[in-house]
Amino acid sequence: MTINSSEITSQSFYAERRQYLKWLAGGAAGAGLGVWAQREALAGVPAPALAHVPSALPGTRTMEKLTPYEDATGYNNFYEFGLDKADPARYAQELPIDPWSVEVEGLVRKPGRWALEDLLKLSPMEERIYRLRCVEGWSMVIPWIGYSLAELIRRVEPMGSAKFVEFVTVADAQHMRGLKSRVLQWPYTEGLRLDEAMHPLTLLSFGMYGRVLPKQSGAPLRLVVPWKYGFKSAKSIVKIRFVEQMPQSAWMKSAPQEYGFYSNVNPEVPHRRWSQATERRLDGGGIFAPKRKTLMFNGYADQVAQLYSGLDLQRNF
Amino acid sequence: MRLVRLNTWLSHATIKPAVWLLCLLPLATLVLRVMAQELGPNPAETLLRSTGDWALRGLCLVLTLTPLQQGIGLTALGRLRRLLGLFSFFYAVLHALIYVWLEVGWQWQEMWQDVLERPFITVGMLAWLLLAVLAATSFQAAIRSLGGKRWKRVHRMVHLAAWLVLLHFYWMREGKNNTQEVWYYVAVIATLQAWRLWRWYQRRSAQSAVRL
Repeated sequence: MTINSSEITSQSFYAERRQYLKWLAGGAAGAGLGVWAQREALAGVPAPALAHVPSALPGTRTMEKLTPYEDATGYNNFYEFGLDKADPARYAQELPIDPWSVEVEGLVRKPGRWALEDLLKLSPMEERIYRLRCVEGWSMVIPWIGYSLAELIRRVEPMGSAKFVEFVTVADAQHMRGLKSRVLQWPYTEGLRLDEAMHPLTLLSFGMYGRVLPKQSGAPLRLVVPWKYGFKSAKSIVKIRFVEQMPQSAWMKSAPQEYGFYSNVNPEVPHRRWSQATERRLDGGGIFAPKRKTLMFNGYADQVAQLYSGLDLQRNF
Repeated sequence: MRLVRLNTWLSHATIKPAVWLLCLLPLATLVLRVMAQELGPNPAETLLRSTGDWALRGLCLVLTLTPLQQGIGLTALGRLRRLLGLFSFFYAVLHALIYVWLEVGWQWQEMWQDVLERPFITVGMLAWLLLAVLAATSFQAAIRSLGGKRWKRVHRMVHLAAWLVLLHFYWMREGKNNTQEVWYYVAVIATLQAWRLWRWYQRRSAQSAVRL
């Protein structure tokens, strides 16, 4: 008997399937499948795939080298899980995210609770490759999956009086060890002007690197606003609120002299403690790769600069 | 009795080279991690932070010697003072070198601007200069030429340097409200200095009692 080579399960497919099974086991560990399975999940086993098409929107493609998956999911600021950058990958796996829903409230004609399943089906999933610039002076290049937040906003029909959108993220004290420390006011909140939130580049993201979001990266859904510092891109969102007055974000409440509402990437406005003129690109390029110049609006000026015409960006940092 | 034996043990000829090697262990680990490309997603930051950490840990260690010598009677530890002090400064030098190389890319003008405009870098630089003075005067010849009393007064600056280092660390971390770890070091340094104050106060009152 002969075996056609096409009938043999390829090594990569086999490995992928095993990874997926491990991931499932990791997810089930919380339900009591055993500690070993959870350890496997903690060891950086990737999440299942999420179907998508490439985005056609200008600004969503780049030739820049992608940040390795392990780095993008192993070096995170997610204070709810601890202050160290390795803490989120270590401790986020305990967070239950199924079922999940997002409450839409405030100045909209159609308020209500959206189940995650419905949000996943709301609009076609696109892959968009964005630069992510952290306020700390490093940056990554990440292929996100999701659709424009505007898709959701249009469906809930904001009233004329709605000027800002506030995002409230999950604060689950039982599963987020970082909530014990009072480094920030919990829950973590962020905000955008309505026109910023409606901008097509503003992404409601459900996945990255072809897979669903891992928990340390803000599963099951998060915001990605590529022209603003990373902390504006709120993770694990549970509530979206439409308001008339400019909301106070968690960082504004904590240090108003250092963190403004806009927090647009701007090489000319230094953080009070350090310069923002350059950044270190984390793309696995090694220690000796020189830092690069930070671009206005993180390189998205063509797409977003008109949002801020006439606004003094030195004062409205 | 036990103390005598411990002091004899600590005076053994192999102790100093052993401590010397231990002090190089963090560096060896870093070099190995560089070669294995195991420094994590932000390798430059890892290098910068761990050398800074070890400089501060070295300072904590060197400030522990006097309490152990005078409080417990481990007098033999005095031999390790210079070694540990220079170990701290050695990591401070690496820290500064990595900053100039990987952070500012030898752009002296940019560095100077950093030093002037960013308080956390200003105090870090000041602390570094103080430690450099202490390291430069740590040799027998320097002690002899300064005279023991004056030399001691100069080297008390280590206490000031320690606080500048803590301030440097605190201001850097405060930007992201990530100061928890800084407070552990503050507690260590403050305890060690409180012991000295208490000791000084005791001695002074003993002296005035004698005078009465």
